[in-house]
Amino acid sequence: MLMTRWQPYADLWGKMSQLRDEMDRLFESFGLGDGGWPTLAVAYPAVNVWDDSDHVYAEAELPGMELNDLEIYVTGGNQLTIKGERKPWTPGQGVWHRQERGFGSFSRLIELPYDVDAERVEARFHNGVLTITMPKSEAAKPRKITVKTE
Amino acid sequence: MAKNALVKKEDKRTELATPERTRGAVTYTPRCDIFETEDELLLCADLPGVEPGDVDVRYENGELTIYGKCAPRQEGVNYLGYEYGVGDYYRAFTIGEAIDADKIAAELKHGVLTVHLPKTEAVKPKRIAVKAE
Repeated sequence: MLMTRWQPYADLWGKMSQLRDEMDRLFESFGLGDGGWPTLAVAYPAVNVWDDSDHVYAEAELPGMELNDLEIYVTGGNQLTIKGERKPWTPGQGVWHRQERGFGSFSRLIELPYDVDAERVEARFHNGVLTITMPKSEAAKPRKITVKTE
Repeated sequence: MAKNALVKKEDKRTELATPERTRGAVTYTPRCDIFETEDELLLCADLPGVEPGDVDVRYENGELTIYGKCAPRQEGVNYLGYEYGVGDYYRAFTIGEAIDADKIAAELKHGVLTVHLPKTEAVKPKRIAVKAE
């Protein structure tokens, strides 16, 4: 006697897991997962951080700021602080129709995964984008280990 | 006659089409402030990372369109923290006031676009002197 299992819901199960995968993908696109989309920033300003073998870079969008209104410093070897104040815009007598841009002082401390040389940190501010270049301290640079063969 | 009018309206819609993007870039909506004084409408938009030559401001048929091109600044980089994306900016506003289109001025400084939209003379409030008897 040939035994075959009767699986009346096999097709339905396939469709359900397909639905779940698509919902996961949908939520990923809103930054709630590891979908390669930006994660929600917990503070202002939003900062992107990346590195190469010699430097760690941080970039933040700070429109309407002057470089003199910003304070950038590194403490404790790997803590980057970006601090500043955005002054409100007061165009004089009139009526506000829409106000979406925020103003005020902000301070953000980011802990970097590597120690950086605080003396040689460079900051550049162009078109409202702040780019900070921090050289890694010698101990943090990757070291190539040669493998000796017997 | 009615049929002709309908066809005309469709033509108008294609004229107002948004400029086409040749890159498959993400488009962001910039934050804007709008302030009205007696003489003009002032609009400020946050467009960080956009060069002054890459912003397109147009005013057509009562609609102000702002389009700022912003190419991604880093390619193929190993991100340790990624909190915002870089892309083009687009926003359009319908302006109810009568604006003098020839005198619209815009400037982009430190990533903030300021657009001055002067009102036409007819729309400006006129002060009426009250004579005391």
